[in-house]
Amino acid sequence: MQLSRISRMVLAAITILTLLYIYMPIAVVGINSFSPSISMAWPPSGFTLEWWGKAFVSEGAMQALGTSVVVALAASAIALVLGTLLSFAIARFKFFGQQALNLMVVLPIALPGIVTGLALNNLFKSVLAWQLGMLTLIIAHATFTVVVIFNNVVARLRRQGGNLEEASSDLGADLFTTFRLITFPRIKSALFAGGLLAFALSFDEIIVTTFTAGGGVTTLPIFILNNMYRPNQAPIVAVIAIVVTILSLIPIYLAERITSRDET
Amino acid sequence: MTTSTAEVETRLTRRISNFLYQRSRVGLALLLAPPTFWLALVYIASLSALLITAFWSVDSFTGDIEHTWTLKNFATIVGESTYQAVTLRTLGIALSVTVIDVAFALPVAFYMSKVASRGWQRFLVISMTLPLWSSYLVKAYAWRSVLSSGGILDWILTPFGIPSPGYGLEGTVITLAYLWFPFVVLPIYTALQRVPNSLIEASADLGGGTIKTIRSVVVPLIIPGIIAGSIFSFSLTLGDYIAVKIVGGATQTLGTLIFTNVGTANNLPLAAAIAFIPLGIILVYLASVKRTGALDNL
Repeated sequence: MQLSRISRMVLAAITILTLLYIYMPIAVVGINSFSPSISMAWPPSGFTLEWWGKAFVSEGAMQALGTSVVVALAASAIALVLGTLLSFAIARFKFFGQQALNLMVVLPIALPGIVTGLALNNLFKSVLAWQLGMLTLIIAHATFTVVVIFNNVVARLRRQGGNLEEASSDLGADLFTTFRLITFPRIKSALFAGGLLAFALSFDEIIVTTFTAGGGVTTLPIFILNNMYRPNQAPIVAVIAIVVTILSLIPIYLAERITSRDET
Repeated sequence: MTTSTAEVETRLTRRISNFLYQRSRVGLALLLAPPTFWLALVYIASLSALLITAFWSVDSFTGDIEHTWTLKNFATIVGESTYQAVTLRTLGIALSVTVIDVAFALPVAFYMSKVASRGWQRFLVISMTLPLWSSYLVKAYAWRSVLSSGGILDWILTPFGIPSPGYGLEGTVITLAYLWFPFVVLPIYTALQRVPNSLIEASADLGGGTIKTIRSVVVPLIIPGIIAGSIFSFSLTLGDYIAVKIVGGATQTLGTLIFTNVGTANNLPLAAAIAFIPLGIILVYLASVKRTGALDNL
């Protein structure tokens, strides 16, 4: 299509402005975390590393970090098992209710977070009469991360088809040998990438978390939320916000590299 | 003849393997059982329980849930004007957020897919995708900082004589539009990528001008992508309460109303009934756009 020079430049300008707009708020938080003032006033009045030092010795923050890592690891492990089983069933078989099952996996993340959170809260507290805590939090996170594993693995299985597996069994290998020598090595990276995405998703989640964690469990996002309104804690929250951003982007970056290396 | 344990083991796995191979339905059942049980028991059961809870009530003295069927909660929601006002306000926010996001996403996605050079395109796609994965809470917090009095927005706008919107309804719309932008721009970009350049060239060859080509060729082809993006911005806005609490000041939405009823008001049945408003809106929206094929673009 013939676009005039001016319309090209206008489009480029809109895109660049949007890009700046996307990264500006995070940059502001990053810069503020080095500002000596405890208010969020702009421009910063100087430079200090005080808050960064304090954040790393803050007991609450470190405990919250530990909790977040444990929850994310446990939830991704469960999601890996469930998501992989489901991917094989959907990609390698045809059966009644396949569509419905497909929908059921997406639902926990497609429905508004508050509905998922409230429904799980009601299940744990009113129906099962359980105490909210680590266990309920892990169950909740596992439920909405299954979809990430499923998407990654099912896409891989569909793209590869079943020819190599068939060849393997024609040559006399039993199902377990075929899985160990053919199937698993070919889906390994999809599993790893899916696991990383599930970890990142769980690590950041806040809405379902506030409904299923109960009072005793503090994940990093809950720590941020609880301390955001406390003036003396505000600069530490800025530091933790930046750390969370970096920590959640590393798994994404790795997952992206693994998948793109495999696809080329 | 003696057989070693290893041989017995091999034979056993071979027999299991053959059995599963011949009766592949058994294998399918074994694959399906754990995930189906989990999703059905945890998720479908909890949604059903939520539906049932909405028909119960809370004893005003003890605060316990009374397990008798009643339509009281639904009567409250439909009858009281607060709920109508909050529903309308939430819908208004969701609609504004969606319109803003689509308005920005269209030119940006068009530039990314049809104008930008290859390398530049790759860079743009990555930088638009990254925020999708960075913490939602951190981004909402960042806007609290940006919108705060004496914050950067104040500092930018004051020389122009415009006051910063601060915490409130406008702040909520800006922040939510920001939060969901990547969810809107990516499906539109994907849809644009699928529009073949040859089709656009054909339109130009047949005498269609830029405007005409965009209107009659490009837009009809990317409608499903636009709708897919709007499903995200709509559903996410209806389900949000954290960002509203962080930057919304005293703004009430369906989300904050649900949260208050679970927490301080301790009225889970009423919260359950309110939750059916956003759920109903989303389901109606999904059903009405199903025919456009947008759901395959999610």
